[in-house]
Amino acid sequence: MADTLAGPVPESPDSLPEFPMPRQARCPFDPPPALKDLQEKAPLTKVRLWDGSEPWLVTKYADQRALLGDPRVSADTDSPGYPTKASPEGGEGKLSFIMMDDPEHARLRRMVTAPFAIKRVEALRPAVQKIVDDLIDGMLGRPGPVDLVEEFALPIPSLVICELLGVPYDDHAFFQDNTKTMVHRDATPEQRGQASREVAGYLATLIGKRLAEPRDDLLSGIAGRVTAGEIDHRQATEMALLLLIAGHETTANMIALGTLALLQNPDQLALLRESDDPKFVAGAVEELLRYLHITHLGRRRAVTEDIEIGGRLVRAGEGVIMANEIANRDPEVFPDPDRLDLTRDARRHVAFGFGVHQCLGQPLARMELQVVYGTLYKRIPTLKLACALEDVRFKNDAFIYGVHELPVSW
Amino acid sequence: MKVELEADKCVASGQCVLAAMDVFDQDDDGIAILLADEPAVELLDDVKEAVAVCPAAAIRLVEQ
Ligand code: SF4
Repeated sequence: MADTLAGPVPESPDSLPEFPMPRQARCPFDPPPALKDLQEKAPLTKVRLWDGSEPWLVTKYADQRALLGDPRVSADTDSPGYPTKASPEGGEGKLSFIMMDDPEHARLRRMVTAPFAIKRVEALRPAVQKIVDDLIDGMLGRPGPVDLVEEFALPIPSLVICELLGVPYDDHAFFQDNTKTMVHRDATPEQRGQASREVAGYLATLIGKRLAEPRDDLLSGIAGRVTAGEIDHRQATEMALLLLIAGHETTANMIALGTLALLQNPDQLALLRESDDPKFVAGAVEELLRYLHITHLGRRRAVTEDIEIGGRLVRAGEGVIMANEIANRDPEVFPDPDRLDLTRDARRHVAFGFGVHQCLGQPLARMELQVVYGTLYKRIPTLKLACALEDVRFKNDAFIYGVHELPVSW
Repeated sequence: MKVELEADKCVASGQCVLAAMDVFDQDDDGIAILLADEPAVELLDDVKEAVAVCPAAAIRLVEQ
C-alpha cells in the first residue's frame, strides 16, 4: 500500500552521497554545491554517514518545517534510527532538553524561558549597547589591526550570557577554551568529554553556591528548581551547560562571519551604515541569519511513526537530517536566494530551527546582533579586512560555522 | 478575524510578539498571551506573519 509512495531509491548503496558534504572554496558563505544539486533533483534522499548508516537528507524548506514541527519526529538521541554524529568521534551524551521529547522537554525548557521573553531581553539592550561601545572604544584606542573575533565578537555574547546566568566573566578564558573544544569536530572524544566535564564541574559548584545563597540570576533560578525538587543537581548542571555553550559559540560566529560577509558586499554594508531605522537593522539581522546559517551540519531527528513527506514514505525507526542551511536558500521561499539582500523579508528563515526545539535564546541573539550590526559599521566606517580573503581560516572543522579569526583595521 | 492561541503548545520563542506586538504579549515565563482575540483588520498581515513564524503551531487564524 503506502510502499508505492517510497518511489525509486538509489539501487546500489555505493551511489549514496556522503554527508556532510564539502563546501567549495569559491564562496565561503554558500552551502556545499552538492546540497544545492540535491535540493533541485532529489529533495528527499538517503545519504551515507561516516559509520555506514543511511538516514534521509531533507533539503526543501517546506519538508523541513513539516518534519521539525511533527510530533512523530523525535529529538531523543536514543530513539531507534537517530542519525549518528557527523564524525566518528561521537558526542558527549545528552545535553539537557534539546535531546529530549515532550512532555519532559517542555517541562524542563519552561524552567528557563523567562529571561528570554521579548520585554526582558529589551530591558537588557542598553547594557548590551554599553558593552558594544566599550569594546569599540577599546579597539579604536589602539593601532590596528586587531582580531575581531577575540576583541569583539566573542566577548559580547560571553559577557551577556555570563551576566544573565550569573557566571563570573573573569573565568571566561577557562570556559571559552573548553567550549571551543566541545564544539570542535576534530577533538577526540576524550578531549571533548574532558572539556565538558571541566565546565560541568565548574557549573555544578556555582549552582551549589547559589543553592546556599541565591542571587538575582538564572543560575539561582535553576538552583531554585533543585530546591523545589523539580530537577536534580545533575539536570541543573546540564541545563546551565547548555545555556553557556549555546550563548557563546553561535552569536560570536554570527558577528564575525556576518562582518566578513558585509565587507565582501560593500553595497549592503553601506545600507546598514547609513540607516537609522531600527526596523531596517532588525530586518538586516534576519537576512544575515538566513544567508549565513552558521549551523551547518544539519538538525538530526528519528522518525517514530511512518510519515509521508515530499511524496515519499519515511518509516518509523529511520533517521532524518535537516540541512537547514540549504532550506534557507530554497528559491521557492527566498527568490534569488544566494544573494545577500538586506532589504528582503527573511523572517521565515530556519536558522534557529523550527518546531518545539526552536532556539530558546533567539530573542537575546537577535537583540545582540541588532546592537552590533547597528553600531559597529557606523562607529568604524572605514572598517576593512586586514588580510587576504584566502588567508581567512573558516571553521569547516566545527559544529558551528564561522571564522577562527578575523584581522581587521580601519 | 479571530485569533486562537494554544498556550499549552507555546515554546516561548517570542516570535508572535515580534510579528504582531498589538496582538500578542508574553507572561512572566515567556508564554504567549493574547491581547486581542479579534484584532482590527489592519493587523491581519501581522497576525498571518505570527502564524507563519510560530515554531510550535500554537496560533490559529479563524477567518470569519
Ligand atoms: S510564536 Fe508561538 S511559540 Fe513563540 S511565543 Fe508566540 S505562540 Fe509561543
